[in-house]
Amino acid sequence: MTTGLLQRTFPTEVAAAIDNYPPGRQASAVLPLLYLAQAAYGRVTADAVVEVATLLEIDETRVRGIVGFYSLFKEEPHGRFVVHYCTDLPCMLRGAGELLPDVCRAFGAEPGQTSEDGLFSLEEAMCLAACDRAPMMQVNLEYFHDLSPERLDEIVADLRAKAAAGPAAPFGLGPPSEIVRPD
Amino acid sequence: MPRQHVVLRNREIPDLDKLEVYRAHGGYRQWQRAVTEMQPGEVIDLVKAAGLRGRGGAGFPTGLKWSFVPGAPGEKYVVVNNDESEPGTFKDHEITLRNPHQFMEGAMIAAYAIGAQTVYVYCRGEFWQEMTHLRRCVEDLRAAGLVGERLFGTDYSCEVRVSPGAGAYICGEETALLNSLEGELGQPRLKPPFPAVAGLYAKPTVVNNTETLANVPLILEHGADWYRAIGTEKSPGTKVISVSGHVERPDNYEVPLGTPFREVLEMAGGVWQGRSMKALMPAGASAPLIPADVAMGMDCDWESVATTGSLLGSASFIVLDETTDMVEVAARTTRFFQHESCGKCSPCREGTWWLKKIYGRLTEGQGRPEDLAILSDVVGQIDGKCFCPLGEFALSAPRSSMALFEQDYRRAVGAPTAAGAAQATAVEAGV
Repeated sequence: MTTGLLQRTFPTEVAAAIDNYPPGRQASAVLPLLYLAQAAYGRVTADAVVEVATLLEIDETRVRGIVGFYSLFKEEPHGRFVVHYCTDLPCMLRGAGELLPDVCRAFGAEPGQTSEDGLFSLEEAMCLAACDRAPMMQVNLEYFHDLSPERLDEIVADLRAKAAAGPAAPFGLGPPSEIVRPD
Repeated sequence: MPRQHVVLRNREIPDLDKLEVYRAHGGYRQWQRAVTEMQPGEVIDLVKAAGLRGRGGAGFPTGLKWSFVPGAPGEKYVVVNNDESEPGTFKDHEITLRNPHQFMEGAMIAAYAIGAQTVYVYCRGEFWQEMTHLRRCVEDLRAAGLVGERLFGTDYSCEVRVSPGAGAYICGEETALLNSLEGELGQPRLKPPFPAVAGLYAKPTVVNNTETLANVPLILEHGADWYRAIGTEKSPGTKVISVSGHVERPDNYEVPLGTPFREVLEMAGGVWQGRSMKALMPAGASAPLIPADVAMGMDCDWESVATTGSLLGSASFIVLDETTDMVEVAARTTRFFQHESCGKCSPCREGTWWLKKIYGRLTEGQGRPEDLAILSDVVGQIDGKCFCPLGEFALSAPRSSMALFEQDYRRAVGAPTAAGAAQATAVEAGV
């Protein structure tokens, strides 16, 4: 078998992910490998599923079921930045619903859609464990708190600058900036 | 009253997430002491004597949980449940970012106590930055010789590993978490066997919440009597309460268990905008609503909250002010549980779907008078019939809001309310 895109892109990371579990328990690495596959392939494609299943010596159907079960794996094409805007109860009590039109305007997308320029995919998210600083969101899993219309415009400008400056930091491989201790 | 931080010591000590700072404040001394000076059984007895109870929701005695693990040597595991996903809960998030070494030290002490050589920290997938941070903490531990082979010159070895989830609330349920960690769908397992006997890879396993484990190093350092002097007799120690919703200062507040709710509300600056409270959700989306007057007389411990007919759970207090429409509240929580139902059992999978459909009508002005009876019927068909607690949790907000705030539902279905009827009578009478 030829080496797949995941294995070619992240050989060290794949080996480390499998090594994180006891010998013979490589199936445990399915979630870490799916994140890596998502980054390598751009999304979890049918080929990505086959490669993960082959690497872990588990059934493709099992991997496909796992992809469907968890929220953070994307099978459809998405923007460079995936925006998870929380509309769960604690955020809604503090104005997340009122701010939603501004969020759509700032990112140029309605919930469930991607902006025309392909930069932003907007999704409504369930609680992200930062209710003390609502309204809030994650962009490629990086936290942004205390959102307001002005703050949203600043964030979008920063993200656009980041997109213009360099190659994509793929969704799922970590936040675009490696902020270890966010404010 | 001076704040007593046992868990959120990061509030007093800057940069406590750095290994050198944590060690300068006594960090990992109890780890070393346990491994070099204490028998595993002594550690378990000490945690039992302290009366530590699980902080993830159930309040189960931690030392007792550890003691269920068979003593015979062999492959065993400690798994940290850092899958914090309950709406309104953000305590483990702060602990993981600001005081990660304290819960990791607790987890390592737990590993020594049950004879495990591996700790897995299972983090919700959205905690990506937190996991990056934790992995660096583990690297620091390894470099300092605090984890690894033959620790402190003994025969005991211990490793800490970080493992990601990928966005599934149900993985907070310990057996679903174990399935997820094994690379299966995150669906709960039939119990028994309990994880203490057959957990991760069918080996004896202890699963503890992040906050629970963060208590352990200080219990070893100061002793069981010190710990029992905080909190109540049945609920010793402190609890980190995540306060969210309609308050002036939403935040984590660590208080001795048994602190009056009124005081916690004051710490959070009271109800916002000078309004009064309508109700409290004490355990995120999962526990029944408590009306304001009852909540005001309640103390924050498992026993006192239980007398209100609700649950302390993970102590995520969502405060709802007088303007809140309880149909909207129940609709939001229903949306959450429908999204997070794992699909394993039909009462939860189908029932939450029906609840969401009906609440959709009620919140979009399409409510019908018969909807209340249908809601009660669907609730009855889920109640007591689910494989795991998630299905039961999904009923808490609908059932309690229907019982306590019937007028909100009557408005939603377009039925005349008592106040409306009185007004109509007054108009007719020419008042």
